[in-house]
Amino acid sequence: MGADGIGVAVRRKEDVRFLTGRGTYTDDIARPGQTYAHILRSGQAHARIRSIDVSKAKAAPGVVAVFTGADMAADGVGGLPCGWLVKNKDGSPMKEPAHPPLVVDRVRHVGDQIAVVIAETRAQAKDAAELVEIDFEPLPAVVDSKDALKTGAPQVHGDAAPGNLCYDWELGDKAAVDAAFAKAHKVAKIDLFNNRLIPNAMEPRAATGDFDPASGDYTLYTTSQNPHVIRLLMGAFVLHIPESKLRVYAPDVGGGFGSKIYHYAEEAIVTWAAGKLKRPVRWTADRSESFMSDAHGRDHHSHAELALDKDGKFLALRVDTTANMGAYLSTFASCIPTYLYATLLAGVYTTPAIYVEVKAVFTNTVPVDAYRGAGRPEATFLLERLVDVAAREMGMDRVEIRRRNFIPTNAFPYQTPVALQYDSGDYFSTLEQAQKAADWAGFEARRAEARKRGKLRGIGISTYLEACGIAPSNIAGALGARAGLYEAATVRVHPTGTVTILTGSHSHGQGHETTFAQVVSETLGIGIDQVEIVHGDTNKIPFGMGTYGSRSLAVGGTAIVKALDKVVSKAKKIAAHLLEASVNDIEFKDGKFTVVGTDKSKTFGEIALTAYVPHNYPLEELEPGLEENAFYDPKNFTFPGGCHIAEVEIDPDTGVTKVVKFTAVDDVGRVINPMIVEGQVQGGVAQGIGQALLENCVYDKDGQLITGSYMDYVMPRADDLPSIGVATHTTLCTHNPLGVKGCGEVGAIGSPPAVINAVVDALKDHGVTHMDMPASPQKVWSVINGAHRKAAE
Amino acid sequence: MYDFAYHKASSAADAASKAKGKSDAKFMAGGQTLIPTLKQRLAKPSDVIDLGGASDLKGISAAGGAVTIGAMATHAAVAGSADAKKAIPALAALAEGIGDPQVRNRGTIGGSVANNDPAADYPAAVLGLGATVHTDQRQIAADAFFVSVFETALKPGEVITKVSFPVPQKAAYMKFPSPASRYAMIGVFVAKTAQGARVAVTGAGNGVIRMKSMEAALDKNWSPAALDGVKVPAGTCNGDIHGTPEYRAHLITVMAKRAVAAAG
Repeated sequence: MGADGIGVAVRRKEDVRFLTGRGTYTDDIARPGQTYAHILRSGQAHARIRSIDVSKAKAAPGVVAVFTGADMAADGVGGLPCGWLVKNKDGSPMKEPAHPPLVVDRVRHVGDQIAVVIAETRAQAKDAAELVEIDFEPLPAVVDSKDALKTGAPQVHGDAAPGNLCYDWELGDKAAVDAAFAKAHKVAKIDLFNNRLIPNAMEPRAATGDFDPASGDYTLYTTSQNPHVIRLLMGAFVLHIPESKLRVYAPDVGGGFGSKIYHYAEEAIVTWAAGKLKRPVRWTADRSESFMSDAHGRDHHSHAELALDKDGKFLALRVDTTANMGAYLSTFASCIPTYLYATLLAGVYTTPAIYVEVKAVFTNTVPVDAYRGAGRPEATFLLERLVDVAAREMGMDRVEIRRRNFIPTNAFPYQTPVALQYDSGDYFSTLEQAQKAADWAGFEARRAEARKRGKLRGIGISTYLEACGIAPSNIAGALGARAGLYEAATVRVHPTGTVTILTGSHSHGQGHETTFAQVVSETLGIGIDQVEIVHGDTNKIPFGMGTYGSRSLAVGGTAIVKALDKVVSKAKKIAAHLLEASVNDIEFKDGKFTVVGTDKSKTFGEIALTAYVPHNYPLEELEPGLEENAFYDPKNFTFPGGCHIAEVEIDPDTGVTKVVKFTAVDDVGRVINPMIVEGQVQGGVAQGIGQALLENCVYDKDGQLITGSYMDYVMPRADDLPSIGVATHTTLCTHNPLGVKGCGEVGAIGSPPAVINAVVDALKDHGVTHMDMPASPQKVWSVINGAHRKAAE
Repeated sequence: MYDFAYHKASSAADAASKAKGKSDAKFMAGGQTLIPTLKQRLAKPSDVIDLGGASDLKGISAAGGAVTIGAMATHAAVAGSADAKKAIPALAALAEGIGDPQVRNRGTIGGSVANNDPAADYPAAVLGLGATVHTDQRQIAADAFFVSVFETALKPGEVITKVSFPVPQKAAYMKFPSPASRYAMIGVFVAKTAQGARVAVTGAGNGVIRMKSMEAALDKNWSPAALDGVKVPAGTCNGDIHGTPEYRAHLITVMAKRAVAAAG
């Protein structure tokens, strides 16, 4: 381990520019002659548009153009595509209703895009937008996915999705599950709702389109987690621009959490409009627009049943879920409640038979897609709540029932009944380490002490597993993925021995510029200040699938390692030539190429210089230069897991729940930078506690977004959170060279059930067996108050 | 925001004269409500008259059994005022709990009181302490000042110059903040004064109100337990996604008891 190598808590290289205001975000980029776009959005949840009159808006001061859906349709602009085809139980394809960037004759959710007004200033564009006259015919709206399935429900897409059903999908062996339930000693059941969340990245989405009439080249500057995916989707499906003529550049991006994976309408609108107007067109979301146009997360209704034998062993699991897709299919919406949810329902347990049914449903709400964890938090919440319910049903200890059903540490690779094969893990160790760190054994004394202060104290546990780095491409493709799931990297060694890495991963807060540099440092024996990480620009990077699903290090990092291997291999040949030895006798260590058993050596810098100044060089056998590409397609997912323990205190007078202690022990595989891992886990836990206690997206029955600002949407703040204790216990991933698993989402996945299990534990004397999220003060007080009343009756 | 004419006033009198004859002039104190409202295009004033340069509206003093706070004193200034902390610590503490540091360093007592947001903190202190609102034209007693949601006894063009708070024997303010906005979902200001107990509640409904039933109970027995028997009807309160009327009514009792306990 060098000073900057793997395992060192190096300070983040990128933080100098972020902390001193020197970052360059999309909205910071100004182009000569730029214009400002304002998107006119629907204030109604569901309405037919009888007519749109833009004549007054077009005549307003400073207005350059006003476009509607009809203008885009006339130009042959396509709809926004969905990247994953899910099939129904009968094998037929899911319903994919049209999703035009600007609506043509109907709005389907509050925030739906109706028109774009482009002007010399932002204020002029907003002023003019108020002059657009629209004749609406209001239609009844539906917001809840279960209501949307009822007979007579308002139809979001009419014949394009009858009954509002996108798909009715299943996974697992129904007959085996039914047979297991038939002989069960006990069956634990739960009905729950996984609350809808609004992502709220610190930087709102922004997009600037630019067009060079001389070359015919388009450029899109955008807040994206995956610029190549946007180039592919927008170029090929929406605007029909060849890749060679379209550059997508995602510069510094201020947080994504999934919400910046997708190809959004505004990206297509500004790029198309820039081509029409031959002027740059820029758009930046207001915070209010973010609430009603960034893809939301979660929103599942589920019923689940767990069959147990008399010893508390899980025999079978049966799950029925209804997932809200919102008004349209967002880019990866369809795979979240299926391949990233149902496949995770074995968790860390040996449940031999599992059957899952999922109905995906259209409603008059903002589209729902992946949000930090994406399907895995929903699976984990369901499973870890159900296991607690089962323990109570069985009269068993919550920890003991988990231990009894854990996949044994010597059972890997372990094949689950829901398609996944786990490569490694040690759930007993993460559990024991977490229990120790949380002082689980001392809890009852703390509960008693709290009771003296009039507080209800509870402790909750979650032993979870997740899957990262979705792969391999051929299997994903067979399951409906319409994209590859590899990653690409280039290692460019400069003549003086410094290195530039071009990576298809995208950093929007994760610290890649440091972590990836540490991997290079470890391999080449140079300092991280000698390594530059370049990402985000399709004109610089060979290709890339981007950053989501905690894949960057496991997939993108491995692509870098593969390219580094090629560089070292070539460098050894150059060294062998210079040292007049056989390449087989060259050893590379700590930045030096040495002839084994001698003191003859060359530094990495000397080899680099020779590669570019090839005077003494085997030119007949070897090309000059030292630059290598690699594409890496993983053999399998990675499977981080671990144990989260939450301890809460409830004020029975007000219903306020405080997380007083939180312990996370995660197995994220090999840790490259412990400080960054700790930060990632803490951030994830903050979002998990947010979901469990605070955050909730609420629509009224007419489809108006009640939580359309921070006046009503409860974002977690520092004083809502405890000090979060983070530790790791490592088992290595067996199928990537770094042994890494991923740490970006574990916090948001493992924590919500730990918190709710703690709340339910605190309220166990009040007859509470389950509480849906968020456990808001009002909800908790109502439960306590209701119980008091019952006791008094 | 929409276009408007901007004026900077040098004094209360200057502000009043600048407002004269304007079709829809708005005074701006700290701008903590007005600016977001303008940015959201929810208001379209003809003129905005900035009181930030009115030096006669600043200053905090304690004398003659009262604390007098200039209308343009910021929440941070009140929170940090040695005079306020010594004479009415509950008032300084209330100011310290408004919004966040940015709001406290821009927002003013005059702006808050004139705006009369039904979830604002200051109206509870003004009513709970029986303060007097001074304007460029007259003095208005707290009980006559707050009319309804965002509505006060102020006439168009009238400028608040200062608010004077009589020093109570005891006082405290307890707030249950909305989990989202951190405005008062329920805020209760209690004061024991020579004229009797005063209890003012903000956040519950259409503006700050006195809880006379609690005042009567506290006049008999100044203790948290005295409020146990006082039933707050749910009809006193509004409801939203964060709190039903029943929950809010319950919180009035809880916060009032805690305030009495804190007042000592």
